[in-house]
Amino acid sequence: MTGDNRGFPDETADDFEAPPITFEDREGREIEIRPVGMPEKEPIAEMYDAFDQEDRAQGIPPANPSRVRDWLDTLLGDGLNVAAWDGEHVAGHSTLVPDGEGAYELAIFVLQDYQGAGIGRRLLRAMLGYGQERGVDCVWLSVERWNRRAIDLYESIGFENYGRERFEQEMSIRLMPDDGGDGCDRPPERDAF
Amino acid sequence: MKLLLGFAGTGQSMRALEKTLDRVAETGDDLTVALFETPDGPDDVEEFYEVVEECCSDAGVDFDVRELSGDPGSSIVTLAEREGFDRIVMGGGTESPMGKIQLGPTTEFVLLNAQTTVTLVR
Repeated sequence: MTGDNRGFPDETADDFEAPPITFEDREGREIEIRPVGMPEKEPIAEMYDAFDQEDRAQGIPPANPSRVRDWLDTLLGDGLNVAAWDGEHVAGHSTLVPDGEGAYELAIFVLQDYQGAGIGRRLLRAMLGYGQERGVDCVWLSVERWNRRAIDLYESIGFENYGRERFEQEMSIRLMPDDGGDGCDRPPERDAF
Repeated sequence: MKLLLGFAGTGQSMRALEKTLDRVAETGDDLTVALFETPDGPDDVEEFYEVVEECCSDAGVDFDVRELSGDPGSSIVTLAEREGFDRIVMGGGTESPMGKIQLGPTTEFVLLNAQTTVTLVR
């Protein structure tokens, strides 16, 4: 089911459980995933302040604290967001940002100390569950081609490759059945040359 | 230094042109502008020329111009090598809704395939 489709999959993905979701990660930490918004901006920003440079991708998260906060204004103001919490600290954050054409762009980040503990997969599923609950039809993302671990995760959850030979792999998923007239009737566009 | 600027009539091209003119006005580099159309972009090379001419004249910079045909990425790379340019300048890098930097196919091709140094103006 991968390869040359130029838009969103025909098949609708599974139903994903909506947050709040609490679980124990593989390191034995109790993690809670819940929807977040502007009130949680500062703890989320602090996670990004602590982010390793090498885990940045395609220019995000921004490299300095004030630009992180501007960026979060957009994400938290315009998008749907969930975060994974270890007590008062944010361990991971995922966002769906409307692309202006009826679909949503997805991103997910997990803080280095919390990677490899099963949080990313839970967070991604919770993000998609929250999206389904809020009526999001279609989601797309781009990921650097060398990032096999991320691509494998997206594929295992139901994302399919689409698009062209580029630096980035582009992937998409359909969260709701095709009812016509949703944001899924065309490939995600970009105007770069 | 001989500079080759790719210009496709987009906002990114305009930014690249402006930055390049700032530089050339200081350094006196030789500037050649390669005009090309993209499948999804503006498609009036005559108009590109007028825009470039006006900006260069405002900046007091002389320039040569080339009109590219065929695949723009490979045309730019080939031209740069054939005529011994020291640097290619390309606009490129739009931001996705959440701010991820995305390169278009022409810029990507040039970055990956040019033997010439490439400057990317975002």
